[in-house]
Amino acid sequence: MQQLLILSGKGGTGKTTIASAFIKLSNAKAYADCDVDAPNLHLIMSQSDEPKRSNYYGLSKAKIDLYVCIRCDLCRQNCRFEAIDSGAGGIMYEVYHYACEGCGVCEAICPVGAIKLIPAIAGELILYRGDAVFSTAQLKMGSGTSGLLVTEVKKQMTSVINDADIAIIDGSPGLGCPVIASLNGADMVLIVTEPSVSGISDMKRIIKTAAQFQTKIAVCINKYDTNIKNTEIIESFCEFRQLPLAGRIPFDPEAVTAINTGQSIVEVDCLSGQAAREVFDRTMQILVGNG
Amino acid sequence: MRIAVLSGKGGTGKTLISVNLAAVSKEAIYIDCDVEEPNGHLFFKPENLAAEYISVKIPLVDNELCNGCRICAVFCQYNALAYINQKLLIFDDVCHSCGGCVLFCPEKALAEKEKNIGIVQSGTSGLVHVITGILDTGEASGVPIIKKLMQNAPAGQEDVFIDCPPGSDCIVMESIKDADYCVLVAEPTLFGVHNLKMVHDLVRLFRKPHGAVLNKCLEGYDPAAQYCEDHGIRIIGRIPFDHDLGTLNSNALIAARENGKYREVFTSLLQKVREEVQDAAAIDFKR
Amino acid sequence: MKIVLPANERSMEKGISVSFGRAPYFLVYDTDTQEGVFIENNAAKSQGGAGIKAAQTVVDTGAKALLTPRCGENAADVLKAANIEIYQSINGSLENNISTFNKGELKILSEIHAGFHGKGGE
Repeated sequence: MQQLLILSGKGGTGKTTIASAFIKLSNAKAYADCDVDAPNLHLIMSQSDEPKRSNYYGLSKAKIDLYVCIRCDLCRQNCRFEAIDSGAGGIMYEVYHYACEGCGVCEAICPVGAIKLIPAIAGELILYRGDAVFSTAQLKMGSGTSGLLVTEVKKQMTSVINDADIAIIDGSPGLGCPVIASLNGADMVLIVTEPSVSGISDMKRIIKTAAQFQTKIAVCINKYDTNIKNTEIIESFCEFRQLPLAGRIPFDPEAVTAINTGQSIVEVDCLSGQAAREVFDRTMQILVGNG
Repeated sequence: MRIAVLSGKGGTGKTLISVNLAAVSKEAIYIDCDVEEPNGHLFFKPENLAAEYISVKIPLVDNELCNGCRICAVFCQYNALAYINQKLLIFDDVCHSCGGCVLFCPEKALAEKEKNIGIVQSGTSGLVHVITGILDTGEASGVPIIKKLMQNAPAGQEDVFIDCPPGSDCIVMESIKDADYCVLVAEPTLFGVHNLKMVHDLVRLFRKPHGAVLNKCLEGYDPAAQYCEDHGIRIIGRIPFDHDLGTLNSNALIAARENGKYREVFTSLLQKVREEVQDAAAIDFKR
Repeated sequence: MKIVLPANERSMEKGISVSFGRAPYFLVYDTDTQEGVFIENNAAKSQGGAGIKAAQTVVDTGAKALLTPRCGENAADVLKAANIEIYQSINGSLENNISTFNKGELKILSEIHAGFHGKGGE
């Protein structure tokens, strides 16, 4: 089974729009949404059955028992993350759940054992098993444990598929931990970019990150006709770096209409859908090694 | 006033709006908190640049003093320490800089050294003071950079516009913590709405006064406007989808500085934001 | 000598795990006595630094070699410090890998992949 990961660096370039199109075109039996912060793929790939849901536990968080606490202030003084506040009147000590990184210093330094690290639910893993296996998750707001959750999403997918040629992974924006976790196991990365100065800048940063993993990389330019000059700059850059170009997709208001009715761009008759088909074919060629 | 501009989803127009609002203010500070992919500086092209390295503390071992008790390795929640062949190995990239190992070493064999994770760059563009946080590629946490960036946003002085990272995780929370008002930017797509909900939840959790700006509005059904109406979010501005605006933006030009039409759009929006902030402050005062 | 293989299940006939750091179990096999023991991998549930913790576990077994499909930078540093050789495993069962190793047909793992800077979070 080959894994195709779709990344962008910058948000809003069309990862999910393209991922959903590819899933439809390839009739993929396995796909996953690794943008666990803000998952969107399920809005297009609607499912008929209820999924299996499981709690995902992230970093443990510290909790102070105020009955035992002697207000010595050692915990607050030693917290590097400013996660402990002495509260009202300086006596209602509490841990800010969102700032706490579960390091255990407060637990260890408390002279009376008033602080314990408690596993905290950081999100929810969701697994659909219909015609295809669709693995996704939702990170709870403020939880910082995206990377491991992304790994769990992929693991959840690979652990139940039997016979899939290809798995399509909708990645997350940025280039931090969740992106790095989604690069693990990917056979190829398709970078979706847009022809703006911001898009180009972010594309270069994501290429640098992906290159560290020695996976195949290809680039496609979405909404290319919003700025032909920048599109050409991107294409020259790719040529210079010997990165294959998977193609270009025009800006298309019909794409928005399709998405808003929960359909992928290849399920309606529109320009972006047609272009997406060509990009898909080219991407498959590169993945299989003929590119 | 300190205004945070955020959206759950990338690409909705946070930078467009925060950059242009700063540009039409008399004097302003623009802070780019999207440290993984900072873009504001591409528009402002700031001059008189000064940069400050941001570092975190990483343990450093004196192998002479270390007796291999492994208390540090067992304590570390992040597995950043391993004791192999009478040597303590320290893994910088997974260390969270909590300082615990140093605190608890019975032999006092551990000290700390600084490791750079990024920079804060400041400069000027006209009357705007541009402050950008940049996280080094490969580093996992931008929170220390945000903390430093937000030191540049003291209360009660010039207008501060905070360009937040996308999403609603810790790094976003850190960016809005000191804001007086939050502008939620939404685009009229199904994806946009799903993510609008996330930031809406976030600003309510932090009890921040907020309003929505709908960007790239097209004809037809607007799921984001619907969401705002259903959930009582005041819509303080609507920017129609505009090819010319898009082109200016994609060429990293500040629309309000290029064209009178857009200058007016953003000036009215800024005025509306000021009114909202004053209303919100008045309500607070009454409480 | 002892060798270690990451395992998905506690069975010699089952396949070697694709991940070293987060494999559910390790098989600790003694090539002299031809006996194997499965131990749990406590690193599997780590938020971050799983490779490091897993490598420490391997070092503590007294093994001289690790057979694995892949290995990250940090784990490799730990193993190198302990003079443990890392061999590239082959697709297939644990049994198969062991017999191939015994025949001297396994290669040393040449490609160490970049860490996931796996703070797991933040």
